[in-house]
Amino acid sequence: MKKHVAYLFLLPGTVLLLFFLMVPLFAVLWPTVFPDGFSLSAYTAFFLDDYYMEILIRTLRIALISALVCIVLGVPTSYFISRCPTKWKGILIAVSIFPMLTNSVVRSFAWINILGRNGVINTLLLNLGVIDEPIGMLYTEFSILIGTIYLFLPIMIMTLVGVMDQIDNDMMEAAESLGASKLKAFIKVVLPMSVPGIITGAVLVFTGALTAYTTPQLLGGNKSLVLATLVYQKAVTLNDWSSAGVIAAVMIVLTLIVMKVLNLIAARLDKRGEVNA
Amino acid sequence: MRRYKGLTVFSVLVFLFLFLPLVIIAVTAFGDQPTIQFPIKGVSFAWFGKAIASASFRKAFLLSIQIALLATLLALLVGIPIAYTLSRHSVKGKKLIKSFFLSPTIIPGIVVGYALFQFLVIKLRFPVYPGLLLGHFLVVLPYIIRVVGGSLEQFDFSIEEVAWSLGCNKWKAFFQIVLPNISSGIISSFLLAFINSFNNIPVSMFLSGPGITTLPATLMSYVEYNFDPTVSAVSVLLMLATILIMFVVEKTLGISALAK
Repeated sequence: MKKHVAYLFLLPGTVLLLFFLMVPLFAVLWPTVFPDGFSLSAYTAFFLDDYYMEILIRTLRIALISALVCIVLGVPTSYFISRCPTKWKGILIAVSIFPMLTNSVVRSFAWINILGRNGVINTLLLNLGVIDEPIGMLYTEFSILIGTIYLFLPIMIMTLVGVMDQIDNDMMEAAESLGASKLKAFIKVVLPMSVPGIITGAVLVFTGALTAYTTPQLLGGNKSLVLATLVYQKAVTLNDWSSAGVIAAVMIVLTLIVMKVLNLIAARLDKRGEVNA
Repeated sequence: MRRYKGLTVFSVLVFLFLFLPLVIIAVTAFGDQPTIQFPIKGVSFAWFGKAIASASFRKAFLLSIQIALLATLLALLVGIPIAYTLSRHSVKGKKLIKSFFLSPTIIPGIVVGYALFQFLVIKLRFPVYPGLLLGHFLVVLPYIIRVVGGSLEQFDFSIEEVAWSLGCNKWKAFFQIVLPNISSGIISSFLLAFINSFNNIPVSMFLSGPGITTLPATLMSYVEYNFDPTVSAVSVLLMLATILIMFVVEKTLGISALAK
């Protein structure tokens, strides 16, 4: 096929992306830096506002803790899955994929049922006589955190299983036959080889948690806002386009920074190449 | 695995964490009280009846199916030529072009929804429906390019060249040689895109209007103001549909087709 035909194939996608993604984005972001003349005042106002800073820091904290907890829970579980006999492995992978395909409203709703005032935990504790009054766990940073970890753990597990499957069982056996304990062999052999996977997974969880909307909306509500729920509130409830644009820009830049930084770390650790996130 | 006792216990606990919440939802769907209770006191199917009878849920479900289908088909139509060109030709600035087409993954969904809403619906007075469709198209296009691109990497292009040298024209070679060889990639990209569009919330929340609200967006508003088991019942129905899809995929493509 001739060269110009090749470019022709790229044309419909380019046009659609330009007109329906790039232009709208530009239209939304341009006024934040060029209201009348060039000015960053919208951004300095955002970063100097205590209320916004609290939300920004909460968002970052939730994303960071979620990524770390997903690593801690995901690494051993993925290792377990990758060492299972084939038949079991298939079942466990299916079991991990299932929540990923389940709607996030459903997954957040599950935690409303568990953490709510009349939820499973409060009912249980009241019946056991541990507490006299239901504990308010919903609409806190804690509930967002649980929901976010729940949301992204399967992604971490699937990413890691893909990497750990490549690690040869003989490596572990060699380490053990040379006298390393199972734990030591795991830490010295499997863990270093899984680092690219851990970083890919961490990028997915961190950026996902940074921009997730459904879970913080349902589990945090208006009491514990994060950037994504703040954008929605500013735009739809308050019609405050300029603030919504600033927050949108902050979210995009944060996502890019996280990807770049973690990819740099990955490239440093693993000279063979970049981790594709 | 008996040798790794601690690891087994740890993994079982993680799987319980992943599964118990969904089991709880499934159980509450069968409750007979007007509010959600767990454990349930009596068994009833009334909430399933209520969910299916609800005109707004039914309408929203049909809209979600329609949008997911149209957005995915549009993305296949646009995405397959892109994936083909990027893996077949050495176009200039290939890496840049690829990241341009995958850019919707870098832009947070909530921002895509907001930008489309603000620019298309508010400024240009676009009707909501095409805006919603375009938003979903943007969300699913990267899945198509990535997964179809992935199977094109596996495809040996010398087979296509053989067809050319035997006198087959290029279009015919593409449709009769290349496409059939990447059909499993196309099917899995279709499924992934469809599921992700169907489940999408941020874009759908912004691009909704009178009579145009997708099922997840409808559920979202319902959950915020109600605490009865109707949503549990809808959740169970959605989970059953997911299980059915997974079962069919496992029997045909292998379950890993959905883990991309």
